[in-house]
Amino acid sequence: MSTPGKNFSYAVDSGVAVITFDMEGEPVNTLAPAISAEFEALMTKAASDQAAKAIVIISGKKDSFIAGAKIDMLQAVKSQAEATGLSRQGQTSFDRLDAFEKPVVAAIHGACLGGGLEWALACDYRIATDSSKTSLGLPEVQLGLIPGAGGTQRLPRLIGAQAALDLILTGRNLKPKKALKLGVVDEVVPTPILLEISKQRALELANGLLKPERTRGLATAVVGKKSFSEMLKGLTDREAWAELALEENPVGRKLLFDQARKQLLKKTRGKYPAPEKALEVVKVGLEKGMKAGLEAEAQAFGELVMSDVSKRLVEIFFATTALKKDNGTKDPSVKPRPVQKLGVLGGGLMGAGIAYVASAIEDVAVRIKDKDDEGVQRALAHVRGLYDERVKKRSMTWRDAEKKMALVTATTDYSGFKRCDVVIEAVFEDLKLKHQMVKDIEAVCGPETIFASNTSSLPITKIAEASKHPETVIGMHYFSPVNKMPLLEIITHKGTADWVTATCVEVGKKQGKTVIVVNDGVGFYTSRILAPYMNEAAYLLAEGADIAEVDRALVDFGFPVGPITLLDEVGIDVAAKVGKIMHDAFGDRMLAPDTTDALVKDGRLGRKAKKGFYTYDDAKKKEVDQTVYALLPHGKDRKRFDRYEMAERCVLQFVNEAVRCLGEGILRSPRDGDIGAIFGLGFPPFLGGPFRYVDAQGLGKILERTEHYQERFGKRFTPAPLLTEYVKAGRRFY
Amino acid sequence: MAKAKVPANGHRRVAIVGGLRTPFVKANTVFNDLSALDLGRIVVQELVQRTELDAKELDLLVFGQVVPTLTAPSVAREIVLLTGLPRRVEAHTVMRACATSIQSMVAAANEIALGNADVAITGGTESMSDPPLFTSRPLAQALVSASKAKNLPAKLKPFQKIKAKDLLPVPPAIAEYTTGMSMGDSAEKMAKENGITRREQDEIALASHQNAARAWKQGAFADEVMHVPVPPRYKETATTDNIVRDDTSLEALAALKPVFDRRYGTVTAGNASPLTDGAAALLLMSEEKAKALGYQPLGFLRSHAFAATDPGDQLLQGPAYAAPIALDRAGMSLKDIDLVDMHEAFAAQVASNLQALASRSFAEKLGRPGPVGEVDRSRLNVHGGSIALGHPFAATGARIIHQVLRALKRRNLGTALVTVCAQGGNGAAVVLER
Repeated sequence: MSTPGKNFSYAVDSGVAVITFDMEGEPVNTLAPAISAEFEALMTKAASDQAAKAIVIISGKKDSFIAGAKIDMLQAVKSQAEATGLSRQGQTSFDRLDAFEKPVVAAIHGACLGGGLEWALACDYRIATDSSKTSLGLPEVQLGLIPGAGGTQRLPRLIGAQAALDLILTGRNLKPKKALKLGVVDEVVPTPILLEISKQRALELANGLLKPERTRGLATAVVGKKSFSEMLKGLTDREAWAELALEENPVGRKLLFDQARKQLLKKTRGKYPAPEKALEVVKVGLEKGMKAGLEAEAQAFGELVMSDVSKRLVEIFFATTALKKDNGTKDPSVKPRPVQKLGVLGGGLMGAGIAYVASAIEDVAVRIKDKDDEGVQRALAHVRGLYDERVKKRSMTWRDAEKKMALVTATTDYSGFKRCDVVIEAVFEDLKLKHQMVKDIEAVCGPETIFASNTSSLPITKIAEASKHPETVIGMHYFSPVNKMPLLEIITHKGTADWVTATCVEVGKKQGKTVIVVNDGVGFYTSRILAPYMNEAAYLLAEGADIAEVDRALVDFGFPVGPITLLDEVGIDVAAKVGKIMHDAFGDRMLAPDTTDALVKDGRLGRKAKKGFYTYDDAKKKEVDQTVYALLPHGKDRKRFDRYEMAERCVLQFVNEAVRCLGEGILRSPRDGDIGAIFGLGFPPFLGGPFRYVDAQGLGKILERTEHYQERFGKRFTPAPLLTEYVKAGRRFY
Repeated sequence: MAKAKVPANGHRRVAIVGGLRTPFVKANTVFNDLSALDLGRIVVQELVQRTELDAKELDLLVFGQVVPTLTAPSVAREIVLLTGLPRRVEAHTVMRACATSIQSMVAAANEIALGNADVAITGGTESMSDPPLFTSRPLAQALVSASKAKNLPAKLKPFQKIKAKDLLPVPPAIAEYTTGMSMGDSAEKMAKENGITRREQDEIALASHQNAARAWKQGAFADEVMHVPVPPRYKETATTDNIVRDDTSLEALAALKPVFDRRYGTVTAGNASPLTDGAAALLLMSEEKAKALGYQPLGFLRSHAFAATDPGDQLLQGPAYAAPIALDRAGMSLKDIDLVDMHEAFAAQVASNLQALASRSFAEKLGRPGPVGEVDRSRLNVHGGSIALGHPFAATGARIIHQVLRALKRRNLGTALVTVCAQGGNGAAVVLER
């Protein structure tokens, strides 16, 4: 028996109604009110269906259960009341599911996220497959939201407050094994028998043969009696005692929540309201009961949906989603060419990092060339170190690490490069050397081997001058450390062929990167907008500001680290070199204060030299190296500056230069500019990127503030022509 | 130089297109932490890179290992799976003791000759730093019984019968199974029965070191031996063989004490091949395929033969039995051969083999009209042999094939005879041509 539906199918087989969720015309299942209505109609039918003693809910999609609520839906919401209403609607629907008179089993394979997991939590029993495709989680906080359909209430009740808070506050995903351990699911089964076992368990629940006992927080499926040894194990389980101590009494609970809040604030610095709200809502539910908890959840959800932070985070989500579909060229029909082998010239930190992401994530063969055996050893040891780290963290088995590591080979000549589809150079920033690399590769490889430069400052057009077929020359600017930094900035020069761009964009995506494509120009986009920002920080120091204060100002603004710390990390000599390139290209507005020379001469190169603005003594806490002030104007006599003003000066430089990049056609769109600044430079995500920030502040106000500083400090604060133009025309970036 | 011909048997001609080996190093030195599998996959990986082989073209891989790794017994297949080669590349592991990588080459070459394959990688790998140690049979049986028992007393019971000596780990055998004699004992026996003097043995050893050292100095090994950055820490890179010595002398060799027969013996550590770690690989193709892919072959496999003798007689005399057959199959005689490369298990064995090849009575014993002939020592092992270079059992055959082909090229010569003696009285011989 089956009933044709738009998004669900219903079939009863030997006493069990199987409801298959298969959203029409969509690659994955998502939740929306219309879906709920259709589902509830089917449940009503199941309730009265004599042939159905129990229900199994399963997905009809290949490797996805339910990916969560449809996010577009939230963008359309006009008011807090409307958002709260949406939450209540979801809650009511899942309340009914929770109270449904027949047992309901969720059969989970693939992503079971957000609303999808809340749905599953409202079922009586959860079975997940052991597939690597299966993951469960409540990622709402990553969009500045909280679970709004009962998740903040059901999860702590199922697995205990401590474990639930960890999942809700971080938004992290669980693999099946861990989900079982925490008690989020009751059983984990091999994928092919998911439906069969689910139907069997549904019937057992209906017949009273299976009564899941869930000892909160440590509940594993108890199919049968608990053995003595399991009880013993329970006694020795540290987590169990911690749970008992922290959650079962009001004092412990207060301690737990206070601790969680403290840790949270350390991370969010008060910039992200969602996790704080989640914490409150969970607490309300535990102290005042489910009903009060749900009401608090709906209220908080409504507030958050309308919050600026959530709006920005959702916009970033959509921007990155759009970038995933973008081939990086004007012509969406251009297809990337297959890449089976990647060459890397220079096995330093960058080169080795690229070799790692190419082998580990993209899963292609990598050939590294370095100048001598020592260089080869360093490169391989570095890649190996990254694999060892993953094995240690158990995010990869040693067997997989061995296989992946075996994709990476290294040499001191050009052997093994002939078959490379893409060669990425990561050698010194020296145009002559890069030209030699272009010529060498063209002598060894075919005319369609792509030559990508990982330069962070040299114009690609200049590099391409050495090429016999410049259409294959492109820039692939990775960020350090490559395995951690999410952005890849691809730089095309005028002659770069579209297929080359599309191929490199695809390589970046396959390496797990968010890829933006920008046009060539000195410093491209990211290095270029960073330069005046860092310069401004240097000016502040030259004017007598305190090092730690400058950093604190920008961290307070929302950057992950302050500019002076960043300078130490990047290397003061490197920054000086790039600074000079910028100055040559853009004139005096990029002129750095002449304090860096003295620092470099003093051997203060930053972290790599263990000598910079801060101390790098492994045994001691990092602090400002007081001796550095001797090399700065005003010496030890530091002045007080207003923190907000310090931040504003730096940020306006950053933002103004970003607008210039858009005006000059370096950027294809404000979207790319925002994503590049957030993922490449750590611009605060809750502000949505420089262009969203300007839009939110008002273009007029940004112009006014820039002009204000222009009056005080002169040319370097000259507003970007495009900003003036937009203000005149009354335009916004979005 | 012999020009390309279709082999007399009508099968396809097999080209050796490339080859590579790791440095051969004394056991428990640079490769101490590596397994045979590690070494094998390192050399295959780099061979693929250096020959710029499109892995899509590869049909099969045959590899060998003599001292087994119990955790990865099928080294050939593991190499395929661990080097990023296409998983459809079928593979099997072979073992013919010291002639293992002659066997692996022949197995693949036959597939190519018959038209069943076009491109193959073959070779062998050995780690004498990683020999398997296992438990005595009584201890093993007790452990198995214990694992099946249901409770603690029952688990302990099987161990009651265990004696102290059962607790000692058992190393792999070094003696011939049927005779109980070690290789060294057999070499001693051959030296005595064939009247091979200590001096003659030391001279062979000296030539081996001098030839190998000269070859290194002249850069003859540059294209044969890869640099191995040593995993897993990559703190050092193995760049050269570490057994060969350019400073050894007859006096120094003469000063060494016999190892196997301390009283009457002549076989010393200096005139025998040492325990060695290393791996070697070859890239084979049908002649047509090599041409189609634009490869310039190093040479061609003209013929081969395996033969065997009673291990209780003269264990390492196999080459003297196999060489005349291989020459017959090649339609050649010794005078058509430009270079001879004979595996040096022991100098006593080399001298005995050469003696037999030249011997009329040995020919009679084989029922042949005359002896193979006298091997010109100046054409023997011109780039050194296993005494100086080392002998990672399964890698030696591939090492010799590649080495002698490169030696032919350097001298602009055309043909070579390769022989390898092996455990159990086995012998292998191969005729190569350019």
